[in-house]
Amino acid sequence: MPKDSGIGASSKRREDVRFLSGTGNYTDDINRPGQAYVHFLRSDVAHGRLGAVDTTAAAAMPGVVRIFTGADFEGVGSIPCGWQVTDRFGEPMQEPTHPVLAQGKVRHVGDPIAAVVAETYEQARDAAEAIEVEIEELPAVVDMKAALADGATKVHEDLTSNLCYDWGFIEDNRDSVDAAIKGAAHVTVLDLVNQRMVANPMEPRVAVGDYDRGTGDHTLYTTSQNPHVIRLLMGAFVLGIPEHKLRVVAPDVGGGFGTKIFHYAEEAFCTFAAKAVNRPVKWTSSRSEAFMSDAHGRDHVTRIELALDADNNFVAIRTDTLANMGAYLSTFAPSVPSYLHGTLMAGNYKTPNIYVNVRAVFTNTVPVDAYRGAGRPEATFQLERVIDKAARELGVDPIALRRQNFVTEFPYATPVAVEYDTGDYNATMDKLEQIADLAGFPERRKASEAKGKLRGLGVNCYIEACGLAPSNLAGQLGARAGLYESATVRVNATGGLVVMTGSHSHGQGHETAFPQVVAEMIGIPEDMIEIVHGDTAKVPMGMGTYGSRSLAVGGSAIVRATEKIINKAKKIAAHLLEAAEADIELKEGAFSVAGTDKSVAWGDVTLAAYVPHNYPLDDIEPGLEETAFYDPANFTYPAGAYGCEVEVDPETGKVTIERFSAADDFGNIVNPMIVSGQVHGGIGQGIGQALLEHCVYDEDGQLLSASYMDYAMPRADDVPFYAVDHSCATPCTHNPLGVKGCGEAGAIGSPPAVVNAVIDALQSGGKDVTHIDMPLSPARVWAALNG
Amino acid sequence: MQITDSREIAAPRADVWQALLSAEVLKDCVPGCQEMSGSPEDGFEATVVQKVGPVKATFKGAVTISDVVEGESLTLTGEGKGGAAGFAKGGARVTLTDSETGTLLSYDVDAKVGGKLAQLGSRIIDGFAKKMADQFFTTFQQRVEGPAPEQEVGAEDAPEPEKKKGWLRRVVSN
Repeated sequence: MPKDSGIGASSKRREDVRFLSGTGNYTDDINRPGQAYVHFLRSDVAHGRLGAVDTTAAAAMPGVVRIFTGADFEGVGSIPCGWQVTDRFGEPMQEPTHPVLAQGKVRHVGDPIAAVVAETYEQARDAAEAIEVEIEELPAVVDMKAALADGATKVHEDLTSNLCYDWGFIEDNRDSVDAAIKGAAHVTVLDLVNQRMVANPMEPRVAVGDYDRGTGDHTLYTTSQNPHVIRLLMGAFVLGIPEHKLRVVAPDVGGGFGTKIFHYAEEAFCTFAAKAVNRPVKWTSSRSEAFMSDAHGRDHVTRIELALDADNNFVAIRTDTLANMGAYLSTFAPSVPSYLHGTLMAGNYKTPNIYVNVRAVFTNTVPVDAYRGAGRPEATFQLERVIDKAARELGVDPIALRRQNFVTEFPYATPVAVEYDTGDYNATMDKLEQIADLAGFPERRKASEAKGKLRGLGVNCYIEACGLAPSNLAGQLGARAGLYESATVRVNATGGLVVMTGSHSHGQGHETAFPQVVAEMIGIPEDMIEIVHGDTAKVPMGMGTYGSRSLAVGGSAIVRATEKIINKAKKIAAHLLEAAEADIELKEGAFSVAGTDKSVAWGDVTLAAYVPHNYPLDDIEPGLEETAFYDPANFTYPAGAYGCEVEVDPETGKVTIERFSAADDFGNIVNPMIVSGQVHGGIGQGIGQALLEHCVYDEDGQLLSASYMDYAMPRADDVPFYAVDHSCATPCTHNPLGVKGCGEAGAIGSPPAVVNAVIDALQSGGKDVTHIDMPLSPARVWAALNG
Repeated sequence: MQITDSREIAAPRADVWQALLSAEVLKDCVPGCQEMSGSPEDGFEATVVQKVGPVKATFKGAVTISDVVEGESLTLTGEGKGGAAGFAKGGARVTLTDSETGTLLSYDVDAKVGGKLAQLGSRIIDGFAKKMADQFFTTFQQRVEGPAPEQEVGAEDAPEPEKKKGWLRRVVSN
């Protein structure tokens, strides 16, 4: 019997009322009195030495308030990087400076050169056209291999080369992995590209800087997934504003997918300029601007080798990856191809020897950072593709080969430094076989063939490490921040609660799911609980939303703070009931004395806390408000099995997805409807990557796919109805909710399923095609069929 | 992108050569050219208005002539800045050889675009550049051969009747 409230109920998303009725409050809806507008003049060459920037004519244009160039930011800090990776020789990565506005050189198409602040957007744009910029064009570094070649043009002349780091994980495994591969009965090798992606949240980025001359307080309104992190990075490292004089507000945010985690130059600019011109300054990105200024995702080139013994047991995995950093290091860029990628290379399998080598490379392209899944989709894709290829080479069933190698005993310590606490990979595979009706596939293939189509089935597993992260471990791995989360629970006199959480919501449904947790713990209706987030002036601290961490980490902080509330409320109740605190029970919103019919309602206790006439003032303070910080003991490890069936039209190469099924283990579930929605969205993005999306640069570093005419986003008719199931639950063992996180799973698990299915379809048509790089566009599939 | 093509021009090679070095001819032949000034020795300054797919812009740029083999071949190199629209630049190696009907003009064009033009127009830029090159050399051919009056380009700017003569006769008569 499904519950109608609390944990496990599919409560309707309360935030959707305002999102669906046009009453949301997004950053672009915020307008401050006297506001001016900024337009950034951006480089249209990929690499060049910056000469004179003459703003004389532009400054005389109508409405211009002030024009800023790189020279105005001398003495201002560099946009910081939040993660330092140590390379395999023990040396720190190479870390370039990243000025707010270009100084000396431009390093990618879109690099901001000047900023015009004017009375209107149109005036700012017009004036920007009148700025005269001298640029001596330099050869652009675009291809990663060429970037690492001897004598290659350097993106940053003060660095020794274009290599950010050469990372080995785990370096001590290197020799044993080499030996295991040498002695293996079979080695399958696969070269692949995980193409560059653009996140494309529905809402482009916006920033509004405001400065109060009377108090010296700065405020930044911004489209961010983590306002406290922006406050710290921008305040401490760029502009030198102490946190108590800087407020960062991220109100309703229309999707992030990772690209709104990072601290961007435009945010620092608006904050800086608001003080400089003594007026609020607003920037709203156009979609074209977003393509060349939002951090991109993925962009890995990989060789993976999977070694098996004579009984088809996996004995070793070795990978060699080039990872594109772009022109500067975005906030978490170095961690994505390293610790968020290498740690997942064991997948769901008990491979004893694993070595991951990643060289991160600077190029004259937009910086690359976390995008839904961040490193884990790249790991999953190569592993699940090479397993499929191995199964085909060995003539064994790909599902059986996976099952044979599954980790089945937990906890399981992988050779790549993480310990899976719990899981049941056979259970999710069993579930997938059932919901995907794999038994019926041969019949469906016959039906497709009768229509002249090729039908393929692709199956794969995935595991992710999320719930980022134990701060001490993250610190050892180079994180320059803690990765806890905070919550403050404020109980009002009449019994209602306000929960202030550091987890930002930009579509995830926190305002619905978090109250379900608190309502369950206290036994009160969900609508007595309000969620406040996204404002550093209201929430004590927050590390934000990414890495599927909100419920596992932020939700756990809420549980801890609510536990403190309940403990204090029990003391008040014990006093009111004249009973021992140990005998007080909280059930369905009332405190009772065990074994008696004496009870006092939740609202009477909360009122007593604020009207303490009859109150244990000698023992406890009045009021009912508690804060908790929760630092996770381990990552969480959601896992699952995904299945995709495609039809390929052999005449055109067009792929259509006929069926897609996902069996996930997310541990305990708070709101099944929201979880299904997260999985649907993730699979949609994964299908987008597998079939459609591709960010393309030409050899001169010109961005060619910078509008929806050329960057193909998935549309409704590109995706099927999904079969999703999350009933296989092995609860997380180390957080109080037993939850694992579900935000990225769909995007991690789906691309290999699609590609495996297309390869299967082509093989069924008698074509010995072993791999096609994503996106599997009709042109690429047709070329493979006719190659 | 690269474009290689050629066309027959019914005029002596020396006439074709002189036309190639004329600012006035270039102005008439560059599609959308609003202004053109300068000389073969110092290079030309040009203002061109063009629409590439969804992007319309005024390009201000410079054209230089280099690698001159007198009467036989030269390289035209140009770069136009279109403000927010980005830039276009390219070169054309033009070679003249005598033919039965006059002169065979062969060209190899290499063109590049950047900024918004590349971002929005990359799929249509090849077709656009071919069209531009075709228009340029068609007009050039007409100017050199002396077209029929109704085909004269820029006729509305030509009050004097002798303007309707072929380009060379006009130059000579000046």
